[in-house]
Amino acid sequence: MKTYDMAELAVRNLRESILRNSLTTVGISVGVASLVAMLSLGIGLQQLAGRRLQKSGLFDTVVVTSRRDLRGFSREQEENGPAPAESPALNEPARQKIAQLPNVVEAYPDIRFITELRFEDKPYLTMMAGLPFSAKNNDAFDGMQGGFFSSDTAPEVILQKSFAAQLLGKTPKAGSDEANVAELAKPLLGQQLTMRYAERTATPASNIAGKNDNSSGTAYSVVSREATLKIVGVCDLDPDSMRGQARARIFLPLKLAQNLHVMQPSDLRDTTNVAGGTPAYTTVEVHVKSPTQVQPVEDAIKKMGFNTFSIVDATRSLRQFFAVLDLFLGIFGSLALAVASIGIINTLVMAILERRREIGIMKAIGASDGDVKGLFFAEAGVMGVFGGVVGVALGWTIGRVINLGTNVYLKRQHFPPEQIWFVPWWLVLGAIAFAIVVSLLSGLYPASRAARLDPVQALRYE
Amino acid sequence: MLTAPAEFNLNNSIAIRTENLCRHYRMGEALIRAVDGISVQVASGEFVALLGTSGSGKSSLLNLIAGLDRPTSGSVVVQKSDLAKLSREELAKYRLHTVGMVFQSFNLIPSMTLLENVELPLRFAEVDRGKREGLARQALDRVGLSARLRHRPAELSGGEQQRASLARALINQPRFLLADEPTGNLDSQTGTEIMNFIREFNETLGMTIIMVTHERSLAERYASRMIFLADGKLVGDQSNGVSATTVQTRGGGL
Repeated sequence: MKTYDMAELAVRNLRESILRNSLTTVGISVGVASLVAMLSLGIGLQQLAGRRLQKSGLFDTVVVTSRRDLRGFSREQEENGPAPAESPALNEPARQKIAQLPNVVEAYPDIRFITELRFEDKPYLTMMAGLPFSAKNNDAFDGMQGGFFSSDTAPEVILQKSFAAQLLGKTPKAGSDEANVAELAKPLLGQQLTMRYAERTATPASNIAGKNDNSSGTAYSVVSREATLKIVGVCDLDPDSMRGQARARIFLPLKLAQNLHVMQPSDLRDTTNVAGGTPAYTTVEVHVKSPTQVQPVEDAIKKMGFNTFSIVDATRSLRQFFAVLDLFLGIFGSLALAVASIGIINTLVMAILERRREIGIMKAIGASDGDVKGLFFAEAGVMGVFGGVVGVALGWTIGRVINLGTNVYLKRQHFPPEQIWFVPWWLVLGAIAFAIVVSLLSGLYPASRAARLDPVQALRYE
Repeated sequence: MLTAPAEFNLNNSIAIRTENLCRHYRMGEALIRAVDGISVQVASGEFVALLGTSGSGKSSLLNLIAGLDRPTSGSVVVQKSDLAKLSREELAKYRLHTVGMVFQSFNLIPSMTLLENVELPLRFAEVDRGKREGLARQALDRVGLSARLRHRPAELSGGEQQRASLARALINQPRFLLADEPTGNLDSQTGTEIMNFIREFNETLGMTIIMVTHERSLAERYASRMIFLADGKLVGDQSNGVSATTVQTRGGGL
């Protein structure tokens, strides 16, 4: 029999005992729905976590520190490689060298300093960091109020919303009410801040180097300065989250920060290393083309004698966690489908008993074993297709409802809404395919049993 | 006129030949010899009636010839192929193309309309979709059921159902029509109607007919030859009209 005829006969046979077959199909749907709902939640949660990390913009970032700092991010680095005293300084030439490595998009110094800011005649002490202009497109600025810096040297700042809240005197209680950015930004955008900082001013080389004859030692003096900065943006997320305790809560354009020659904490170290004329950087941040390139770039930088750190290791374990979570969710989801497959077997075996005579007739008038087998197989397949499609729709709806419920809860707790549920295309197609495969497997036994039926016996049966 | 080729075939070729054909099966402790060593030959174009009481093995013999059952020993050769040696697949093809069957209980599929029932063998034969309905209509037209195409079997009289099953048996143009008590569930008038159709198929289409019945009068009226069975054995074989008993009737209670 041709496949099309088989499907057609299968559908009409299914319609003959519509109630029972519908119930069986509903069974499959529920199975598929639970699978889809579970997996879509797993995937949604994974994406949520991924987004949180991605927004910090650190998946493709390598942080380079000088070994001279004696404070690498990783212990083992301090034991291997050149001795700190023999390692190169992390200064402008080194930065340029790093920037020219293959797959490096850019390398910029990390400039951060503790500064005193005055807003409406009240002083605030906080960490400030320079932000490269390329950060403009960073996910971390999703939901930012106001705008990004107008240029790389504009006297403008962007506030992290916790600092904005502090400026407005709204100190949130821990764990509760996270302030709304829009509300915080409204009174602040366009306002002026006065920054007090220590400028490092180079002084011409003199004889203070003492007995050292061939060194071109430099000296510098520190001058207290003031600058007026305009608030252009308040960001919702934390672009500097990886820095932990040292993270900045106010940002200014990187070029501006460099031009200000603010005294850096690491400058003190330079007093013991006056070999270079250019100031050394505490850290250099390197942006790599894609997360997969992070490892080779890290290796290349290590070879240059610097310490490196990237978040790739951290995400690896996160991915592993979600793989296990998805697996478990998938197993629980599949359990319902397994139960449904028993339903299919039951329905088809019942159908064989009921249609014994019909099978006998079909064989008597020339149906082959293959035709009979195919017919039952097609019935299982059709139930699988319907069950799969309805199940995906149902699972999608369940996921949506759970998501909605979660967001209602989050809203009550004054958290922003989150998308904790996501149904990718592969899950839709995969779930339908899985339902069909499970149905066909369930149909295997009934179909071959029907095919083996002895027509003489079947026709005798009344 | 049209009977001429049938007569010609009758005298010339042997269409069905069984040799020492046995079909035994167990029922609990007892061994049932449903067919027990039957050797018989049927010529092409013959109208043979298999007669016997119930349990005489006539239906079992018909099932063996129909390829629905396999012999325990011996052979059934139909048009030179030994059914015992065919694979299940080949046997299905044989049932589909070589023989058509009608039953006492009509055996139409209740969920299908007459048209669909008659079309079903065409589906198994993988006949083009477009041609199927025309062929099925033609076959139903032949048995006078053009007005009942969309009816389900339950909506029809017994005679109409049996006519539909005749149409279904003919749809793949088989050489043989095997009928198992075709009038058993019908009143005598409708029975006659059905028998007239069967005779027409024998005479105008040249089909070889083997009909199982327990009504001797029916056999005498329509068949050209009568074969008598008792306890799975051949006990008589005679041509109709022509008084020739070709096989000795073994004593017994005849």
